Amino acid sequence: MKKSLKAILALTLAISVVLSMTGCGGEQRTQLKVYNWGDYIDQSVITEFEKRYNIDVIYDEFATNEEMYAKIKAGASDYDILIPSEYTIKRMIDEDMLHKIDLNNIPNYKYIDDKFKNLAFDPSNEYSVPYTWGTVGILYNKTMVKEPVNSWKILWDEKYSKQILMMDSLRDSIGITLKMLGYSLNTKDDKELNDAKEALMKQKPLVLAYVGDEVKDKMIGGEAALAVVWSGDAMYMKRENPDLEYVVPKEGSNMWFDSVVIPKTSQHKKEAELFINFLCEPEIAYKIANYIGYSTPNTEAVKMLPEEVRNDKTAYPPDEELARCEVFEDLADSLVKYDRIWTEVKAQ
Amino acid sequence: MKKHLMAYPYALWMLIFTMIPLALILFYSVFAIDDAGIHFTLDNFKRVFEPLYLAVFWRSIKLAAESTIICLVLGYPMAMILAGKNLSKKSILVVLFVIPMWMNFLARTYAWMTLLEKNGLIATIAGFFGIDLPSLLYTEGAVVLGMVYNFLPFMVLPIYSVLVKIDKTVVEAAEDLGANPITVFRRVIFPLSIPGVSSGITMVFMPALTTFVISRLLGGAHFTLIGNLIEQQFLTTMDWGFGSALSIVLMLMIMLSMGVTMRYEKENEGGGLW
Repeated sequence: MKKSLKAILALTLAISVVLSMTGCGGEQRTQLKVYNWGDYIDQSVITEFEKRYNIDVIYDEFATNEEMYAKIKAGASDYDILIPSEYTIKRMIDEDMLHKIDLNNIPNYKYIDDKFKNLAFDPSNEYSVPYTWGTVGILYNKTMVKEPVNSWKILWDEKYSKQILMMDSLRDSIGITLKMLGYSLNTKDDKELNDAKEALMKQKPLVLAYVGDEVKDKMIGGEAALAVVWSGDAMYMKRENPDLEYVVPKEGSNMWFDSVVIPKTSQHKKEAELFINFLCEPEIAYKIANYIGYSTPNTEAVKMLPEEVRNDKTAYPPDEELARCEVFEDLADSLVKYDRIWTEVKAQ
Repeated sequence: MKKHLMAYPYALWMLIFTMIPLALILFYSVFAIDDAGIHFTLDNFKRVFEPLYLAVFWRSIKLAAESTIICLVLGYPMAMILAGKNLSKKSILVVLFVIPMWMNFLARTYAWMTLLEKNGLIATIAGFFGIDLPSLLYTEGAVVLGMVYNFLPFMVLPIYSVLVKIDKTVVEAAEDLGANPITVFRRVIFPLSIPGVSSGITMVFMPALTTFVISRLLGGAHFTLIGNLIEQQFLTTMDWGFGSALSIVLMLMIMLSMGVTMRYEKENEGGGLW
């Protein structure tokens, strides 16, 4: 017994020596820790950044804003770059979790379209730089839906009973319902929220399922006629199945942003800003947009995209359509009301 | 080295990964943290007993009970076949039965999605024979099916391990004394297999009660179970207090059901869990 214990001790010692040696080796190259959505970058871009600036990038992925937020809030991580959505950024700004970004270090910021600057969640562009943007809308299968689709009301049409896919996300599903009713999707008014709840309960028997990422498989495979989706996913699905078409209903919708931020946990703010500047380089932004299919806020990158993508209203809707869209705001304490509605609808 | 020294790593493990998390959940459930500091509250528990959430508990218990009963009805004969004395390739059968368990649980559940969907394999085959099936995926039946499929081995294996250990001479004695096969089963085999049955029931009922992936994927999130509710509190709403209170109530329910099944378990019968 004693002998084996000694052996184990020796082994642990040896391993820790080896580990500490590699640790020393890493110190010459700075490490930049990036935390982004799953499948949301062209990996070759990362390699290019590492080569050009002699910096190691450690790249991790998350599936929801909430998951990312919970991890950062817990405090055990040391990420340098995060790419959350706007309402989470607002929350992080309010909770003093983000570094201010020095735009002097980001000369390529000039390529970002002005209409994506000075947005409500970060009014003076101090904390975030837009990475992608898009809308929420209805994706429908032209072989199953013969009538024109232009209103959220079609999701309440009994003709399409059990052919409708909703998002399993309380902000999005309640948000579009509020829009259908003509309310703001950031409302905190009890009566308006109650109307939305009743509408969602009425809709429930017609809904085939409340889904997450599976929506892509289901719509491409023709399992449902109508689905509520993000524009970026719609681009992908349309490419895979030409019968699909995407529309932002006339009542308006949600417009969203995923922007790059630097959390206070970062020890490498300089390198993080270097990385953000790199992402704003037209050539790089083009590569990313081309790969992930989501819309880029980079004016020069848009010009490089193939014409059919650039002119696709799904990814690059006309301004008057965007004018009808609202951006999510952080609901703070009212989120509980939304949660309750969502539970009531789904527990029915 | 003394024996109790060897136990320290396990004790440490239990402390870090069981005791401390439990204590944290208990803490979050009864203490509210706000600007005024930390104060004791039972609001979270009051909320758990609102009709809305009780309905979710009730549905979870109902679906878990249904799956457990189906698992028992399917699993017991299966265990008897596996334990049967005139089966020569028994071990191969057992291995075949266990192999699907080696595959990731999520992958298996996704596989059922493709089988059950409207243009899926089952509907296509039925359509070939002119049968127009109603929608199979995203129904309560699909959720129960997913539970039964995933948890059936947990029912079969404990019963099997008890059945193979039953002293064959006891069965022979009953037969010699004139008992017919039904009586032998009813009066001898089944009573002796109760420990296996009760641990099987526990091992199926508990994961079925707490699952949230099966109801999301196969139920299309139509059927909120208690697991979904807890997940939503921690990841979406960030209401850790309420999520913790739900978890505590769920844990109490599990302990209660364990207490009930444990009464039927005799010691050292081999099939027991504890």
